[in-house]
Amino acid sequence: MSDATHGAGVTIRLFARLKDIAGTGELIRETPSGATARTVWDTLVSEFSELAGYASSVSVAVNQEYSRMDAPVAAGDEIAFLPPVSGG
Amino acid sequence: MSDNRPAMPTAPYAITTDRLSLDDLIQAVTMESSDEVGPGGITTFVGVVRNENAGRRVLRLEYEGYEPLALRAFERIGTETTDRWDVRVALHHRLGTLQIGEASVMIATASPHRADAFAACRYVIERVKQIAPVWKHEFFEGGDVWIEGATADPDDDAARQDAVRVAGLE
Repeated sequence: MSDATHGAGVTIRLFARLKDIAGTGELIRETPSGATARTVWDTLVSEFSELAGYASSVSVAVNQEYSRMDAPVAAGDEIAFLPPVSGG
Repeated sequence: MSDNRPAMPTAPYAITTDRLSLDDLIQAVTMESSDEVGPGGITTFVGVVRNENAGRRVLRLEYEGYEPLALRAFERIGTETTDRWDVRVALHHRLGTLQIGEASVMIATASPHRADAFAACRYVIERVKQIAPVWKHEFFEGGDVWIEGATADPDDDAARQDAVRVAGLE
């Protein structure tokens, strides 16, 4: 991770097809102050354009709790993006 | 209890790559408690891997999950269920590679009265399909595909009401 510093970044978790698109289930990215989960998502979409198709169906969890795209996030947080689920 | 060891408490909620055991769930919902009326009936649901989906011949499923969030989702589903029905709930979900016929999810609901046990059990599986952060990677004859069902939103009241309606009591 030459473009990110562990101490200053958020940990991004991706699952299922989102993980396939990004080629990894875990990334670390720096976030500006005032960032929200949506800021992080937009950063991902700019890196992996195929993720854009999930704009209306993705769910987000912050620090292992379901959250909202407008939730503030800060360094050290774990932000997970979840495609539509299919358990059972 | 055929020996003198104390019964191991069995977790009501679990997500694991281990094979599921219905006995574990039944034990979890029948643990003794002196301050409430005990079970008069137990309803169980076992979801198994089907050999067909959307006209495709399924070879196996690989389940992926976000384990810590899944456990919290299971606890949330359990609380929703016990808030509505007089039941105890156990819910175990399996992850990893499952062959046709293997159990992917098990639910047990115990209640003093059978109507609550049946309704609650149906509610739990509907909510699992709505909000559990678990995904099926389907391998079929000719390819593979991630199955995508519901957008997970625990606070979506319409979805919750759908599950109540399907459960059949309201």
